[in-house]
Amino acid sequence: MRLALFSAPILALTLSVLVPVAPVQAQDAITIAIRDSQFVPSEVQIPAGKKVELVIKNEQKKAAEFESHSLRREKVIAAGSTASVFVGPLQPGRYEFFDDFHPQTRGFLVVQ
Amino acid sequence: MLATAIIVFREVLEAALIVGIVLAASQGVPSRGFWVGGGIAGGILGAVVVAGFAETLAAAMAGIGQEIFNAAILFAAVAMLGWHNIWMRRHAGELAAAANRLGAAVRAGSQPLWALAFAVGLAVLREGSEVVLFLYGIAAAGEDSAGAMGLGGVLGLAAGVAAGGGIYFGLVHIPMRHLFAVTSWLILLLAAGMASQAAAFLLQADLLPPLGQSLWDTSFVLADQSLTGRVLHVLVGYTAQPAGIQLVFYLATLLIIGSLMRLVGTAPHAVRPSGAAASHRAGLQPGE
Repeated sequence: MRLALFSAPILALTLSVLVPVAPVQAQDAITIAIRDSQFVPSEVQIPAGKKVELVIKNEQKKAAEFESHSLRREKVIAAGSTASVFVGPLQPGRYEFFDDFHPQTRGFLVVQ
Repeated sequence: MLATAIIVFREVLEAALIVGIVLAASQGVPSRGFWVGGGIAGGILGAVVVAGFAETLAAAMAGIGQEIFNAAILFAAVAMLGWHNIWMRRHAGELAAAANRLGAAVRAGSQPLWALAFAVGLAVLREGSEVVLFLYGIAAAGEDSAGAMGLGGVLGLAAGVAAGGGIYFGLVHIPMRHLFAVTSWLILLLAAGMASQAAAFLLQADLLPPLGQSLWDTSFVLADQSLTGRVLHVLVGYTAQPAGIQLVFYLATLLIIGSLMRLVGTAPHAVRPSGAAASHRAGLQPGE
């Protein structure tokens, strides 16, 4: 019982520390194409601490899987279709992403 | 060809390890071949259907259909694995008592396998649909000849099956009286890992808050993309940079299934276990 009384404020405190405070801004969208086994552009810059929509256009005849370990994202994009992947708010740094079905196809998200 | 084999292997690995553990957990059940085989066959059939509707699925629900679908599949598998563990814990005494009378061969003869078969089917469906899309893509883009693609696919599949066989034969070396305690723990961790993976999909769909984008980063010790990292990802839900919400789902799954197992294990029993049966029961208890 005593534990229950104490755990609620502790949980609230923990959550307030863990949840990043995102600035209230409109969501931005950036388009990345996958063309001839390459990301175009292969390097994308986004601001830190902001949620950004990556619009991935797979212009190939084959399916792709947009994946990133550091961003913790994986999404299959059927041939000739477009999908959105939301990332952030992120700390500054370089985040690598790749096509899991074609691992040589790589790109970077530069957060600054 | 080799690239194809590697990618097929990676996709097959998760399902193969799950099949290996499920086969070990159902050791001694006469009909397990039927159930596990049926789960795999159903999963493959489902995978082809899902791959066929991949584009429709991805576009569904304002573009988050794929994330919702993956999370739903994973949560369903978590429920099946949890149900199995709770059932086993509830009936562990009777199973052990029966084994004492009739011998180890029929120890788990009355153990229902539909939950494990369903979990196997879901794992095969999820990973299999990606294999189908990938191979179809290679064929459509004309990158590999049909022979090279087929050979790559078969090699990748064989390597995955070998990994599943490895974990199975490793597990069945464990003496019978400890085997179900070990598989029970493995299934519990498998379920927790799946719940954390489902949380990652819901986070990707923006339906859950991250509660910390990256709690820690152990990629310098063990990278997600390494073979060990991938195997541990399946077995215990290893992620080098987990989000807070993943940890919440992981621990909640351990806690919920673990306490339900404890609860049914301590409830009054119709069949009183004795001797070896009691030690078997104790072995299945989590946290001891």
